[in-house]
Amino acid sequence: MPKLTVDGVEVEVPAGSTLLQACEAAGAEVPRFCYHDRLSIAGNCRMCLVEVEKAPKPVASCAFPAGDGQVVHTKSELARKAQKGTMEFLLINHPLDCPICDQGGECDLQDQAMGYGYHSTRYTENKRAVADKHMGPLVKTIMTRCIHCTRCVRFSTEIAGVTDMGMLNRGENAEITTYLEKALDSELSANVIDLCPVGALTSKPYAFVARPWELKKTETVDVMDAVGSNIRVDARGSEVLRVLPRLHEDINEEWISDKTRYACDGLKRQRLDRPYVRGADGKLKPASWDQAFATIASNVKEVSGKQMAAIAGDMVDAESMFALKSLMTALGSPNTDCRQDGTKLQAGARAGYIFNTTIAGIERADALLIVGSNPRWEAALVNARIRKTWMRKPIKIGVVGERLDLTYDYDYLGAGPQTLAEIASGEHAFTQVLKDAKAPMLIVGQGALSRADGEAVLATCQAIAEQTGMVYDESRTETPGEDGAEPTVTVTPAWNGFNVLHTAAARVAGLDLGFVPGEGGKDVEAILKAAKSGGVKFLYLLAADEIEAKAFPNCFVVYQGHHGDIGAQAADVVLPGAAYTEKDGLYVNTEGRVQLGVGAAFPPGEARADWKILRALSNVLGQTLPYDTLEDLRMALNKAHPVFTGLDVTESADWSAFVEMSLTDGKMDDTVPFASPIENFYMTDPISRSSATMAACTEDFVVPKRKAAAS
Amino acid sequence: MSGKHIADDSLQPESFEFSAESEAKITTILAKYPEPRKASAVMPLLDLAQRQHDNWIPMAAIDVIAARLGMARIRVLEVATFYTMYNLEPVGAWYLQACTTTPCWLRGSNEMMRAIKDTLGLDNHQRTEDGRFTLLEVECLGACCNAPILQVNDDFYEDLDYDSTVSLIESLKKGEAPSVGSVKGRQGSMSKDGPTSLVSLKDKDGVPAWFQDQAASVGGDD
Ligand code: SF4
Ligand code: FES
Ligand code: FES
Repeated sequence: MPKLTVDGVEVEVPAGSTLLQACEAAGAEVPRFCYHDRLSIAGNCRMCLVEVEKAPKPVASCAFPAGDGQVVHTKSELARKAQKGTMEFLLINHPLDCPICDQGGECDLQDQAMGYGYHSTRYTENKRAVADKHMGPLVKTIMTRCIHCTRCVRFSTEIAGVTDMGMLNRGENAEITTYLEKALDSELSANVIDLCPVGALTSKPYAFVARPWELKKTETVDVMDAVGSNIRVDARGSEVLRVLPRLHEDINEEWISDKTRYACDGLKRQRLDRPYVRGADGKLKPASWDQAFATIASNVKEVSGKQMAAIAGDMVDAESMFALKSLMTALGSPNTDCRQDGTKLQAGARAGYIFNTTIAGIERADALLIVGSNPRWEAALVNARIRKTWMRKPIKIGVVGERLDLTYDYDYLGAGPQTLAEIASGEHAFTQVLKDAKAPMLIVGQGALSRADGEAVLATCQAIAEQTGMVYDESRTETPGEDGAEPTVTVTPAWNGFNVLHTAAARVAGLDLGFVPGEGGKDVEAILKAAKSGGVKFLYLLAADEIEAKAFPNCFVVYQGHHGDIGAQAADVVLPGAAYTEKDGLYVNTEGRVQLGVGAAFPPGEARADWKILRALSNVLGQTLPYDTLEDLRMALNKAHPVFTGLDVTESADWSAFVEMSLTDGKMDDTVPFASPIENFYMTDPISRSSATMAACTEDFVVPKRKAAAS
Repeated sequence: MSGKHIADDSLQPESFEFSAESEAKITTILAKYPEPRKASAVMPLLDLAQRQHDNWIPMAAIDVIAARLGMARIRVLEVATFYTMYNLEPVGAWYLQACTTTPCWLRGSNEMMRAIKDTLGLDNHQRTEDGRFTLLEVECLGACCNAPILQVNDDFYEDLDYDSTVSLIESLKKGEAPSVGSVKGRQGSMSKDGPTSLVSLKDKDGVPAWFQDQAASVGGDD
């Protein structure tokens, strides 16, 4: 632990720290461009020069190890002069186009030029100009502004795992580009926009849209997948203009996927902004809330509880699901289900349906089995975490399912259930790999669980976890000290390597609050079948958009949601709800972490927050729900299901409850290989399906691959 | 100035393969590096590809080398664009690399350049219309003592001035390469008027007396 003095402050930093980290620890601000604490050190911008006593010249603090006894000055005359000199060099070729630059107002170069630059330039020669590069539908380039920090190159190579970006030529001619100017084919590509310290890489869909100081910034969580990435939603008036990542070390670090970032233009299209009622001619017609409610009430009157059913969608907040569940129970219906994709996960034992290891916990693993999942598309940031682990330490990864480019090396074990059965029975070599590992883990995806034999797959995964020691409690081993010295105690913290990877943001909450069939109730498959045959006469779709959209002639369907997508097409009454950016609500991510989403804008037109709609409807149906405010509702939810009480925590779930749960001992279907449920990363839900940006990405990244696969 | 120009698609061959001769050399080159460090061989491999392919490297060769060394293609392209010695577009059969760095400039590289312009009409980065000559200005070629230097393909011509450059180019045009080295006929890097130092030590035969006994045992100098 070296001890050093920075600007007169003495600090002690962990061995291996850089001088820059030591300066930060001492509270000194050092300017920088190329240094980024999640990327490798490049040391090529020279902005971080500081004075170190006895060193012959200023040193680049980001690339210099902190040593014992160093005396560092970050604000001495020499350091200042060095920093100002570097800034002057950087500005030699940087255009003075801040007024038309989208980075303006949130530009590191702008800020640091104010703090560490001269007031005017001494350079009168021509500046260089660089041709812009094509980088796809998301990243706009103005390469003359580039200062060659190579953050973008390091991000794409190290974090995204797509080595197509680089710096060509050298010196004054250096240019950042992608190989043959192909768009960067990564789900995380747009993070380079945040990383670029200048305006060289900016957001294409957001080009010339707004200045940062015009925006209202709301900190909330993402619902495009079940990761629960922390985001900031920037809105002007009621229009969401952009989505940016927010730091959460345990979930998304400081990255977000391109869908999280860019699906937001889908919030403006295909929106339901008023209630609709299907007329006698079979067409949906605009109606008032009263008319819509009255129509529902008159249709419900004759229907018994058993003939009613409700399905909750993939992006619904927990409160609305709880309200709907309560309403259905009050109406006497056990037919509720939140598992649109038909996954065979069961409510009850939490350890059996969450990502027990936690996302940050992946970094502890030393062996990983992926079953029927494409984490790159199902949860891009979980995949980034796996890659991070793989980059930093030895980890053996095996895949059962599709053979895909996951950005890390793995052993391809097999395509389907047979391989999985072999691993479970110990016939497969990978069983031993898992057994030998200190912290083995398994990820099973919805592609494997939503099949007809999903329960058998789940049981097999459970068996593998049991047999290979994937779950253990904290243990202490004492090594007696020699010659009467204190014994050394090593504590191995508890570990649960069994993980279910969800794709739907609402799913874990739905299972937590029991939005599943009650006693004798029907599940999604049975509900839909009964709706067609007439067994179910009243069907409530709470933003359920992934179901088959055929009309149900003998069933009265109410759709409540925010987009005129698949669900609304089948409905007799459409109630306009709010999207995730327009309402407050709780979401539980795949780890079982409860997070609070905060509305950033108002729902369009007459649309309302979903719980309010349900509360109003319950009143009309004569089963008034006992809460008048969201706080009351949340209190009732917490009381009924205490897991929702703790925000942003991951509590370890009771494994034995899952083991004791009776799962089928049926066989898996060998003939069908596992496949990921996601066919197109960019379009998975009503919002991203309505987004023009996501459509452009599909065109650029997915369609060519499909064509190639077809030919 | 601009970055290195990459040949248009119309000029790029469909595929590239190392010749048997190059393959033999690759085996020797790769043997120098441990397997996990084989990317170190990227520079000699680029050079081989260039020598085999009319003095320029097609993109197909970049792909071949990347695959061969387990590197990303962009990493290979970075190296190929970084060094002036690699050509990424076709060059003339006479490839002129003229040094214009300070020592050469002090010794008259401007005159050399003027001669090239007058005889071939070439500026930096240009190729003659008949395609036979390409000119590239380069930094110090490491032979400053005989400045100015013009490198023609792999050979150095030294001590050039306007007239000697013109006559050099005239013979190149005829397809003749004059003998390499100083055009003023000086030996090695010796002063052009003959030896100026250590003269007093020489005997009549030009060999210092004290050296004669040692020469056999120590070996000559270079
Ligand atoms: S484009 Fe931006 S991030 Fe990339 S090297 Fe240039 S300045 Fe750095
Ligand atoms: S931040 Fe240290 S050299 Fe760039
Ligand atoms: S400057 Fe021309 S060879 Fe050195």
